[in-house]
Amino acid sequence: MFSKILIANRGEIACRVIRTARAMGIKTVAVYSEADADALHVREADEAVPIGPAPAAQSYLAVDRILEAIERTGAEAVHPGYGFLSENRAFAEALERAGVRFIGPGPRAIAAMGDKIQSKKLAQAAGVNTVPGYLGVIQDADEAVTIAREIGYPVMIKASAGGGGKGMRVAASDEAVRDGFRGATNEARASFADDRVFIEKFIEEPRHIEIQVLADSHGNIIHLGERECSIQRRHQKVVEEAPSPFLDPATRAAMGAQAVALARAVDYRSAGTVEFIVDASRNFYFLEMNTRLQVEHPVTELVTGLDLVEQMIRIAAGERLTVAQDDVALKGWALEVRIYAEDPVRNFLPSTGRLTRYREPTGPLVRVDSGVYEGAEISVFYDPMIAKLITYGADRDQAIATMRTALDSYYIRGVGHNLSFLAALVRHPRFAEGRLSTNFIAEEFPDGFAGAALDADERRRLVAVAAAIHHQYQARDAQISGQLQPAARNDAGGISSDLIVMLGADDRHRVTVSETVGGHAVDDGEVHHELVSDWQVGEPLYQGSIDGRTVSVQIDRRGIGYRLSSAGAEIDLRVLHPRAAELAALMPVKQPPDLSKFLLSPMPGLLVSLAVSEGEEVKAGQELAVVEAMKMENLLRAERDGRVALLHAAPGDSLAVDQAILEFE
Amino acid sequence: MQDILRQLEAKRAAARAGGGTRRIEAQHAKGRLTARERVELLLDPDSFEEWDMFVEHRCNDFGMAEQKIPSDGVVTGYGTVNGRLVFVFSQDFTVFGGSLSEAHAEKICKVMDQAMRVGAPVIGLNDSGGARIQEGVASLAGYAEVFQRNVLASGVVPQISLIMGPCAGGAVYSPAMTDFIFMVKDSSYMFVTGPDVVKTVTHEAVTHEQLGGAMTHAATSGVADLAFEDDVEALLQLRRFIDFLPASNREGPPTRPTADPGDRVDLSLDTLVPPNPNKPYDMKELIQKVVDEGDFFELQPDYARNILIGFGRVEGATVGIVANQPMVLAGCLDIDSSRKAARFVRFCDCFNIPILTFVDVPGFLPGTAQEYGGIIKHGAKLLFAFAEATVPKITVITRKAYGGAYDVMSSKHLRGDLNYAWPSAEIAVMGPKGAVEIIFRADIGDADKIAARTEEYRQKFANPFVAGSRGFIDDVIAPHSTRRRIARGLAMLRDKQTENPWKKHDNIPL
Repeated sequence: MFSKILIANRGEIACRVIRTARAMGIKTVAVYSEADADALHVREADEAVPIGPAPAAQSYLAVDRILEAIERTGAEAVHPGYGFLSENRAFAEALERAGVRFIGPGPRAIAAMGDKIQSKKLAQAAGVNTVPGYLGVIQDADEAVTIAREIGYPVMIKASAGGGGKGMRVAASDEAVRDGFRGATNEARASFADDRVFIEKFIEEPRHIEIQVLADSHGNIIHLGERECSIQRRHQKVVEEAPSPFLDPATRAAMGAQAVALARAVDYRSAGTVEFIVDASRNFYFLEMNTRLQVEHPVTELVTGLDLVEQMIRIAAGERLTVAQDDVALKGWALEVRIYAEDPVRNFLPSTGRLTRYREPTGPLVRVDSGVYEGAEISVFYDPMIAKLITYGADRDQAIATMRTALDSYYIRGVGHNLSFLAALVRHPRFAEGRLSTNFIAEEFPDGFAGAALDADERRRLVAVAAAIHHQYQARDAQISGQLQPAARNDAGGISSDLIVMLGADDRHRVTVSETVGGHAVDDGEVHHELVSDWQVGEPLYQGSIDGRTVSVQIDRRGIGYRLSSAGAEIDLRVLHPRAAELAALMPVKQPPDLSKFLLSPMPGLLVSLAVSEGEEVKAGQELAVVEAMKMENLLRAERDGRVALLHAAPGDSLAVDQAILEFE
Repeated sequence: MQDILRQLEAKRAAARAGGGTRRIEAQHAKGRLTARERVELLLDPDSFEEWDMFVEHRCNDFGMAEQKIPSDGVVTGYGTVNGRLVFVFSQDFTVFGGSLSEAHAEKICKVMDQAMRVGAPVIGLNDSGGARIQEGVASLAGYAEVFQRNVLASGVVPQISLIMGPCAGGAVYSPAMTDFIFMVKDSSYMFVTGPDVVKTVTHEAVTHEQLGGAMTHAATSGVADLAFEDDVEALLQLRRFIDFLPASNREGPPTRPTADPGDRVDLSLDTLVPPNPNKPYDMKELIQKVVDEGDFFELQPDYARNILIGFGRVEGATVGIVANQPMVLAGCLDIDSSRKAARFVRFCDCFNIPILTFVDVPGFLPGTAQEYGGIIKHGAKLLFAFAEATVPKITVITRKAYGGAYDVMSSKHLRGDLNYAWPSAEIAVMGPKGAVEIIFRADIGDADKIAARTEEYRQKFANPFVAGSRGFIDDVIAPHSTRRRIARGLAMLRDKQTENPWKKHDNIPL
């Protein structure tokens, strides 16, 4: 076994590898760029070597820098994580020449699977299903029909030079193929000046399901079942799980056998993943093979009980697999969500900056793989993933329930994050039913995401939590020093048990609150809620139970009100004494200013330049201003025609997010 | 007897009716509460003890003899906020437009006098059209009586003004002399001369809101300490605010229990100051992580944003906080920020509130605007305020403390009780680059030499140890332990006693 390994990566995966290495008694070496000097993986490793400036090309992708670090530290093997150099043949070869073990497959397998066409041919040769289709150039509509019939309906006609959905047609009949052929050809010519099209089988309700394989250097190859990663946003995986709610044992076995056959065909060694697309009738077709550890490997670990990183290290050290295919049993259910620094309600705009508050959920069925800590920086230079949250359950429902609570307790402030979106995803009824497809997000959130909607019962429970919290604040405030004698106070300490929770001007809930042994009782006139929690004033997280259900609510005090976040929803509310609520009803409802007339800064940054002046007519699409944030220049354009009325900022000004830069008439 | 009781009831009813249903409805239609509703919201339920309900004006001119409404346009008395005593006057716009008559002024003076005797804050809820013109000079005399009491009460009991309607002309000077002015957005305004006069004299066309609205005073003039959305928010926030203040200069700050431990460490503070000395960071994060429960009641957040002031609590007891804000103008001191912080420091000193100062200051803002504007005297105000303050003073230098601004920001030399520095602190006459260009003027053409000298200067002075070696810094502390060190320091300083030499009063450079 190795005594020291180097991890040629950063972030959560570097920390993940370090954790296993440490458990195996292996010393670890981290490498880091200038932007990562304070990063968690640097703190966790036994040694850390700087390898260059922030841009990955000059650090994490710089093979010679990493080789120098290996030489300097005497590391005997390198774990590449995922991304960066993990599937780089030249790197694997350079290590081989240097006599350092690469914890991954051999260069030949990397190269073979790195090429889309070659990998497909190899797969076909190894007896792996591939998407039926005709890759040659089709002459005319008649030929198209002939081919389509051979493949079987429905089919997809695609532009050879295609992309972005242009020149794509789905056809389910001869007639549709003729129309589609003409349409796709014309569109392809117009869009790409290339009218070649090809035809392949159209996969209905496609699901992304992949098989994890493990192969040692002694010819032993097993598969560890599947992961389903159908929930994707713009081809980026968002939610993954193992097993898949869709596969039956026979399909699993068939997919596993093909994955193993492919691995054998390329002399695979180490952990790898064979990705398939699966249609509604459980036909599966090869997509590609990833010759590295996958981001979503933890779900497989949880259902198999194996540590994949440990397996990779042992295989790289020449050890034999100690697990045979028959020993592999999938137990329970595991779910993973990826927490990204992006703002779902602002069309998933990436967010960067300092994690001013960061608290991970904990629990026996909860695992968090992260590379950050409170006070760490989410940098613009790398992948915006903050962490992976993984939950386990005896069955899928339990894993989902644990995930919901864990998401509600995950406390991140300072940078935008997608926790609310993830919460909405895992609470979606269709997700609970397991009716997944790679179109899930596009179909269920066609207009983007504006925060989850709560049902009446959920609102009711949040109202009860708000009342309990406020009651506790009142009780504490009533303990201030320097009070008059009770007779002059004329009030039982200023605490009111009758409260009005105001979610909006017209959304009021009258409740009665009383203290109980473990928390509070809140009666809203219809339902009597029992809340149990050891929450204390000032804490950001209210955790406990309401009517026996687990509850986790994040609390931000905002002036005299509260912002409660739970279940993917954010609610601003006030809790008032009944008389105060009565008077509050007299207050004018202020319309938020009409921001459509303003050009707002989409992020905190520096106003580099203004391309227009006051009184100037602008056309839609015209450049208005440039805002620099994190060394990136962002060009802001006019969304429609108009005339600039006022400039609110000048070049050189630092801008807050949503600060007005200029105003239109 | 029965007759008297009937009369009493009738008079009380008349007083409660104020200017009548129509005027009350008009007040509500403007989004404003009535004087009594405001008092009700401000004070604990049923705690209000009203005085002078039967007071009426004594004017017989211009038909006023026929128009008498008990209370005469102002509701006065005392009550409690979370059980603590406060005195209140609330002007009633429904009665003669809340205008100030001689009798109206006497009612205000009465609560102020009593507040002074028992030592409790005076809260004024201002909503008045101005002087009672029918009374002429008697009304003016009334104002001056109030002014005189504002001055005598200053530094004895906290005085807070909440402007909830018009406040114009001479009337502005009573709030102006109180400790804090809060305003309600879109419904209050303050100015010495109104838009009509402005138009006549200077030909400027300006609205009430532009000239003296809440945001004008909160962001542009600095007259207002905070601007609130509406009456309800303003009054409930005022309750939160009063919880921070001692009742008078005879008392220490109030305390209340908290679950937030004084020895809480916050590791994230270790990465607050970025490695690049020119990169800003948000000082508010430090403040929020030092005070109990992250609860920082910031004042003047939209004015002179290069300095932060406000109240927080440490282990349940109020502290006043002054901090440079590197996010704005690199945190340097200028005229507005010096005045803003100086007045706050003096308030804290008046009322025995310990002062925490967080320093990251590259110096004073240069330029003709500053010099012509009198930065010399305005900057001196902050220096003066810190120097004369005898309350416990704890200072933490997080990064830059350069030049005269270092001295100003509650330095050891100004009787700082505890002066700490983070390891990232640079206490020096100026930044390394500027210093080298002066000391080694001859080498300016030689980039390599300058770079070497700059590095030498940085090694030698851009750290906390030179100041530490002189005892100007009591200790270099880990950022994560800041709250714990401050909490311990405050406990040690609780019974601190220092006195300034006897004098009639000092002569701060106004």
